[in-house]
Amino acid sequence: MALLDIKNMRVEFPGRHGVFTSVNDVSLYVNEGEILGLVGESGAGKSTIGNAVMGLLQAPGRMSEGEVRLNGERIDQLSEIDMRSIRGKRIGMIFQDPMTSLNPIETIEFQLVETILAHLDVSMSEARKRAVELLEQVGIPEASVRIKQYPHQFSGGMRQRVVIALALCVEPELIIADEPTTALDVTIQAQILQLIKDMCKSRKLGVILVTHDMGVIAETADRVAVMYRGRLIELGDTSQIMNAPKEAYTQSLIAAVPPSNKKIDRFPKVAIAESDGSALQDFDLQSHWLGRGSAYETSSGSLLEVRSLRKQFLIKGAIRPSNRKYLDAIKDISFDVKAGETFGLVGESGSGKSTVARVITGIYPATGGEMEFDGHDLINTKNAKEKQQVRQDIQMVFQDPYSSLNGRMKIGAIVAEPMFVNKLAENGKERREIVADLLELVGLGKDAARKYPHEFSGGQRQRISIARALATRPRFLICDEPTSALDVSIQAQILNLLKDLQDQLKLTLLFISHDLPVIRQMCDRVGVMRFGDLVEVSETEALFEHPQHSYTQTLIGRMPRFAK
Amino acid sequence: MDMVKRAFESDLFWSFRHSPVAIISFVVAVTLILAAVFAPLLAPYNPFDPGSLNLMNGFSQPMVPNALTGDSFLMGADDQGRDVFSTILYGMRISLFVGFAAVIFALVIGIILGLTSAYAGGRVEAIIMRIADVQLTFPSILVAMLVFGIAKGFTPVHLRDQMAIWVLIVSIGLSDWVQFARVVRGAALVEKKKEYVEAAILIGRGPLGIVFRHILPNVLSPVLVIATISLALAIIAEATLSFLGVGAPPTEPSLGTLIRIGQGYLFSGEWWILFFPAMTLLMLALSVNLLGDWLRDALNPKLDD
Amino acid sequence: MISHILKRAFQSVLVLFVTGLVAFAMFRFVGDPVENMLGQERTEAEVERLREQLGLNDPFLVQYWDFISGALRGDMGVSFRQGRPALEIILERLPATLELALVSALLAMTFGILFGIFTAIRRKGVMTNFILTSSLVGVSLPTFLIGIFLIYVFSVELKVLPSFGRGDVIDLGWWDTGLLTWTGIQSLILPAITLGLYQMTLIMRLVRSEMSEVLRQDYIRFARARGLPEKAINFRHAVKNTLIPVITVAGLQIGSIIAFSIITETVFQWPGVGLLFIDSIQFVDIPVMASYLMLISVMFVGINFLVDMAYLAIDPRLRESKGH
Repeated sequence: MALLDIKNMRVEFPGRHGVFTSVNDVSLYVNEGEILGLVGESGAGKSTIGNAVMGLLQAPGRMSEGEVRLNGERIDQLSEIDMRSIRGKRIGMIFQDPMTSLNPIETIEFQLVETILAHLDVSMSEARKRAVELLEQVGIPEASVRIKQYPHQFSGGMRQRVVIALALCVEPELIIADEPTTALDVTIQAQILQLIKDMCKSRKLGVILVTHDMGVIAETADRVAVMYRGRLIELGDTSQIMNAPKEAYTQSLIAAVPPSNKKIDRFPKVAIAESDGSALQDFDLQSHWLGRGSAYETSSGSLLEVRSLRKQFLIKGAIRPSNRKYLDAIKDISFDVKAGETFGLVGESGSGKSTVARVITGIYPATGGEMEFDGHDLINTKNAKEKQQVRQDIQMVFQDPYSSLNGRMKIGAIVAEPMFVNKLAENGKERREIVADLLELVGLGKDAARKYPHEFSGGQRQRISIARALATRPRFLICDEPTSALDVSIQAQILNLLKDLQDQLKLTLLFISHDLPVIRQMCDRVGVMRFGDLVEVSETEALFEHPQHSYTQTLIGRMPRFAK
Repeated sequence: MDMVKRAFESDLFWSFRHSPVAIISFVVAVTLILAAVFAPLLAPYNPFDPGSLNLMNGFSQPMVPNALTGDSFLMGADDQGRDVFSTILYGMRISLFVGFAAVIFALVIGIILGLTSAYAGGRVEAIIMRIADVQLTFPSILVAMLVFGIAKGFTPVHLRDQMAIWVLIVSIGLSDWVQFARVVRGAALVEKKKEYVEAAILIGRGPLGIVFRHILPNVLSPVLVIATISLALAIIAEATLSFLGVGAPPTEPSLGTLIRIGQGYLFSGEWWILFFPAMTLLMLALSVNLLGDWLRDALNPKLDD
Repeated sequence: MISHILKRAFQSVLVLFVTGLVAFAMFRFVGDPVENMLGQERTEAEVERLREQLGLNDPFLVQYWDFISGALRGDMGVSFRQGRPALEIILERLPATLELALVSALLAMTFGILFGIFTAIRRKGVMTNFILTSSLVGVSLPTFLIGIFLIYVFSVELKVLPSFGRGDVIDLGWWDTGLLTWTGIQSLILPAITLGLYQMTLIMRLVRSEMSEVLRQDYIRFARARGLPEKAINFRHAVKNTLIPVITVAGLQIGSIIAFSIITETVFQWPGVGLLFIDSIQFVDIPVMASYLMLISVMFVGINFLVDMAYLAIDPRLRESKGH
């Protein structure tokens, strides 16, 4: 008998535009001592299954059909009070963001002891003892001291360990982990996944691991359930799903995952999700508006030279300069970007890679160092006209497709604004024509100009963002995590588009990402950043095959392997 | 046309159609505002024309013909024989005028100072927000009273009554700008951090272009909510000041002044002199407040449940 | 931590200094007290003598210096109207206002927080709808109308409670209280409700929206997923997290009760400092107005400071954190 058995589950959310079916006729099971990976892109309904099992669906959502059995006993029809004795005691849950999962004003001890006392008939001192043991088991050093501390005194990875301790503290039979490592860095992610694996084996736990990340699944799960738009598409052993998927959706989903072990030219066309029409086939730069910019010839030298660049942020102001505290976001880094190449910057959160982008573009002023772009001094140029000339050549595609477009402007106005500000078109008519052309170029179609950003999906918004960046006829395009907010199939399309544009427009790219496989697919050369330092710069293949610096070795060693 | 179509298809309009409270308060508020605007056409008497007043009509009961003159008044007449209904229409004109003008005054100051402090940051922001903090320490009604007292002191005695309305607008407006400045600053700080602002810098927009073309349109919805609620508060503040005798002059009675007059007849049984102005004030403030409350929920989808 | 306290203390003093300057400077230029004091029948010599006596002929800075140094010694000048020290008059009237404010504040806090929590936990239901609707009516009702309404019902129609004054008071030497006599308590009921109602609705709405926000947080969902009883989630986790931000705003609200009492005192002819202030505005009695302002500022600043310290004591995130 399976530990958890879900039969024909259907979850509905009645709303303004009719009833939305979030989970549609899903049946699956989990055995004890086994990790079931529940994978799918956003909107697949994978988190909803976990919430439905726990009886924690957000109102007005409800499970309208099907049944859930825990060890043969039906639990989906239990009363709220009976359900409470199952939550925590028999099924534990781990949330995505460790920064918000803990009550900020109570100590870790309070939260652990409270949970233990709610389910077990033990004395206060026994509960305390147990709490300390738990913290030790999840790998928190000096547990007896740290237990008296508050959540804000722990780092993200440590907090996720506390969350796991809380989920395990009354020894449940099943754990539902909802994107447990999505908010964490690669190196921490590997540790947390290992912890979950160990707990699963040593305690004979059943685990449902909900994630969008194929790499995490490949490394952790025993079996995989693939979901798409509320339906279960395919269910099988991890090696079968990864190596020989049967369903077309699974095949294209896996094809879209950037391989970590080799570089491919373009991602295969994916049959799923939104359309991928690109008008790049018959494109002639010589005759096109985009070719009319300043000097588009490819010189062989460096386009951008960065020397001893530094950037400090004031984090604590004071009247006396000696009392002020600064954060060194960039400490003395130097690198070149050659014309026509893609230079990658990779690093974990807080490594300063995005700050580099913002200093190069002039959004943040540099604290020290030199920067030259095609012979123009980027730091000491005071002449506003010359500055704007250079700025026009350097544009950026941002990380968050939702906040990078002004929601109160139509797409046409957003894409036309750079031309309007820099007077790159003769008149409004020409501007509109160029906008239509650019929107065709990025694969959206010219009708998009009349709509507002909220009418588009994340991937489409990134296309708009690219069209806007192209509207100044730039030579240098900075992409700051352009796909980290996107689903993997959409990511493949956007990365293909960037590669196509680079080929056709002879663009130079600075590509910033925390995602090593993506970096491997996109970049010619890569710089690795850590705490504001550039620890290693190397050709991409050399970096992945023979990392020199110890940090690079750790980073690449901890990267989830997803080989095809 | 496009705008109108968009407005009718918007979520806001949908939420409006599905909220009976919003519809009713909208109808009540608009009716009262129209009645005030067209007071000269609607009022059966001109309460400020001494020629039309008849002291013998004093204390006429509502709907009952006066025993001496045979005149009948919908809501009765006051001590001097003025038609209460007419004085309410004219009084509402003053209350609404002061309310709207004070809110616009506060809104303009608040938006300018809020945007300036959010965008400029540093010392400018520190000074503006410190002033706001200090002012916020005092309840707005007290600030309005102070400003009123001072302004009154500066106005020459023979101009005091003429200037009173404007002084009232300035004092209520000055007591209320902090709300707008804080909300605008808060919203603008959030917007300023968004990537579309960085994109605007990159394409070469100057600070004015960024503030007015990009940030301002994105902070207007909370401003709209605060403006609606502030209108209700300003109407109440005006009524309170006039009730305390430090607001609208007796020559131009607002609703608050009428209530002040009516209070004197509470114990002697002439309830209508107090009751009708009080109910009008209540309906006005309540309908505007309900609209503001609905607007806040409608524009803040995360509060939906 | 200590530097934080010192910083706040310094800010408080600054606020006091500035309000002192503003209060004095403003009133110095407003109206002519001599005109008010002597009335129509006066001679040039009388006017001049009085101006000299009141110090009105001195330069502005000298007057401000006199004012500040006097204020520090407890001398706020002599009331133009009553010819007695302004501070003495104010202090005489202070117990009445403080008793009223205190009782109203207690009412507002207790019921505001209770109703706020209740309506946040029970999002729907007859009782919740009733409380929410009446709170909106409460916010829309000007204080003076509430007062008049209560007088009409309980004094005019039912004739059970007095409509004005403070009833009998007992002089404790340094404090006269109305809380120890039956008529005193009877007289307090209507004004206290009038004054407290508006603050109560504000606090209630604040608690409700803060708590609704807290209840949407991940740590509440996580607590539910751990199977904690609903009572523990609502009262141990949610209420405590709600009350921390509420303390600040509620503290300010309570501070403003003292100023709002101007309106209530006028409606009920309550012999407190608010009524005194309205009278002194009408007579342009500068020393009394200035003293009132200073007194109010001291109280506000004091309350602000206490609230700040309470915040610091309750919220562990604000305490110095060590180790990671």
